[in-house]
Amino acid sequence: MLSGTVTSLTVVLIVIFLFKEGLGVFDKKPVEDGYVIALNKNNPVQKLSSEQIKNIYDQKITHWSELGGKPDSIVLFRLEDISNFYSDDEIGANFEGLPNCINRLIDSLPDIIAFFPDKYLDKNFKGKQLAVDKISFKEFFGGKEWFPTAQPSAQLGVLPLILGTLWVSLGAILLALPLGLAAAVYMSEIANDRVRRIMKPLIELLAGIPSVVYGFFGLVIIVPLIQKTFNLPVGETGLAGSIVLGIMALPTIITISEDAMRNTPRAMKEASLALGASKWQTIYKVVVPYSISGISAGAILGIGRAIGETMAVLMVTGNAAVIPHSILEPVRTIPATIAAELGEAPNGGLHYKALFALGCILFLITLFINLTVEFISNRNKYNKH
Amino acid sequence: MNKIESKDVNFFYGASQALKNINIAIKPNTVTALIGPSGCGKSTYLRLFNRMNDLIDNTKINGQVLIDGDDIYAKGVNVDSLRKKVGMVFQKPNPFPKTIFENVAYGLRVNGISDKKLIEERVETSIKQVVLWDEVKDKLKKSAFELSGGQQQRLCIARALAIQPSILLMDEPTSALDPISTAKVEELIYELKTKYTIVIVTHNMQQAGRVSDTTAFFYMGELIEHDNTKTIFTNPKIERTQNYITGRFG
Repeated sequence: MLSGTVTSLTVVLIVIFLFKEGLGVFDKKPVEDGYVIALNKNNPVQKLSSEQIKNIYDQKITHWSELGGKPDSIVLFRLEDISNFYSDDEIGANFEGLPNCINRLIDSLPDIIAFFPDKYLDKNFKGKQLAVDKISFKEFFGGKEWFPTAQPSAQLGVLPLILGTLWVSLGAILLALPLGLAAAVYMSEIANDRVRRIMKPLIELLAGIPSVVYGFFGLVIIVPLIQKTFNLPVGETGLAGSIVLGIMALPTIITISEDAMRNTPRAMKEASLALGASKWQTIYKVVVPYSISGISAGAILGIGRAIGETMAVLMVTGNAAVIPHSILEPVRTIPATIAAELGEAPNGGLHYKALFALGCILFLITLFINLTVEFISNRNKYNKH
Repeated sequence: MNKIESKDVNFFYGASQALKNINIAIKPNTVTALIGPSGCGKSTYLRLFNRMNDLIDNTKINGQVLIDGDDIYAKGVNVDSLRKKVGMVFQKPNPFPKTIFENVAYGLRVNGISDKKLIEERVETSIKQVVLWDEVKDKLKKSAFELSGGQQQRLCIARALAIQPSILLMDEPTSALDPISTAKVEELIYELKTKYTIVIVTHNMQQAGRVSDTTAFFYMGELIEHDNTKTIFTNPKIERTQNYITGRFG
């Protein structure tokens, strides 16, 4: 009783903490605290999205007319460009003249966009500060770019990460499920006692190998193999991740499905065989349907492992945060992103909260999968008793 | 010609011998009861006829078991088609977790019959044969588990009959049933005799007396006596049989 309560309470606390931090991202602006983006006061543009700001600074947008302004080309200004306009004397040894310089510069160039720390904002600033929207749901879930540290405006599109995760996990399960089921059928129905006694501990041992070791194996064996086979510039691809994860999910799928299959009552199997069904027909028509909820449990735990797996995937998938078009391209998964970036994200900052939001997404995905399976196996129980 | 014949059959579970030199001949369209105390080998013997003991690891048989004159343990015998010819009903009703219809159709489907009409026809005939049709005709699509124990056992008999075997093995088919269901199954056995050769294992002496034409008494892996049921029950040649039947031991 007590242990149950403590466990549930801990789980609830973790989930609450996760969501509290994660949802905080929607209270943040993509422009880092303490910085401003300013325009000339005569510029008709009032608002820019974080994607637009990024495109301006990447020089993908070069004219104000593209943003509903005048048909003039945009003049980019970053703080380090100040020496192109003013001498060191004017700026001053301790930057005491800097606010005034920036103020004059923005006032004199009608097509400027300037990004600088707000401590250099002049007291009687003649330009206009650009309003930047908070991160929106649409931007977060629909955005196609993940650049949480981009200046001046962070890009927090999680779509590539979600797709990367699903892509790799789907591939893993497509590889592991048929193989795992075949192995489970072999172990429970075909192999004799001696073979089983040797194989079972071996397979269970596979579950105990640390994931870094799998990652290392993938990096040294599978990645070069894929690179050679498909003649790719790099072997670190979604496929490599799928293969490594598939191998990691195998022991779970095999042991759980095998246990379920061995629980098929002997009377059922005998009834089928006594009617002239072959061994394979009995496996296919009696053993597998009878143990289907055990098999789906195994598959789910396998998927769960694949989706949440961090280290091995981080090592072999190449970690490019772009939407993958084939399994032969580098992808980046949610757990790998969190593991790789949390260390360098300032505590409580935008990047930090965004990573927590990723954690929430991961949590929701696994929750959804668990509920689906529960639903499926409950429905099957009706014909079973 | 004898339907079933066993010649000097010895059977081993690992090192222990379960059957010793069994010789029996069974005529077609008769009911043979195998009786004897628990562990005497009667169930093991029954399961030799459809090679069900093959499923148990580490077993060995020598001697010959002939069905329609062919040794079923010879090399190259197709066990699946043997089992199609030799149906079996088990101690506990063991319907599949499927509908009533699908339970009976199962044997037909695994034997490659896919003609829908033929399947429906056979299912109906088989269920009628076991006098269950009126009870289940409106709920063929329902789970077989909704039936009572006695109905389930009759369904299992129907399932065995659907593939049209010529021999029916019954391993204590009424031991899990109430007296009324038992009576129904016994009545059924009596009627099925006209079409099938039946071998039944039973613990129930009265049952053996009621349904069988010949009775074989097993003790400690040996066949003690095999004769007409009437003779066995009224005038056995061997004293040990007499003692068992009268309840003095066992």
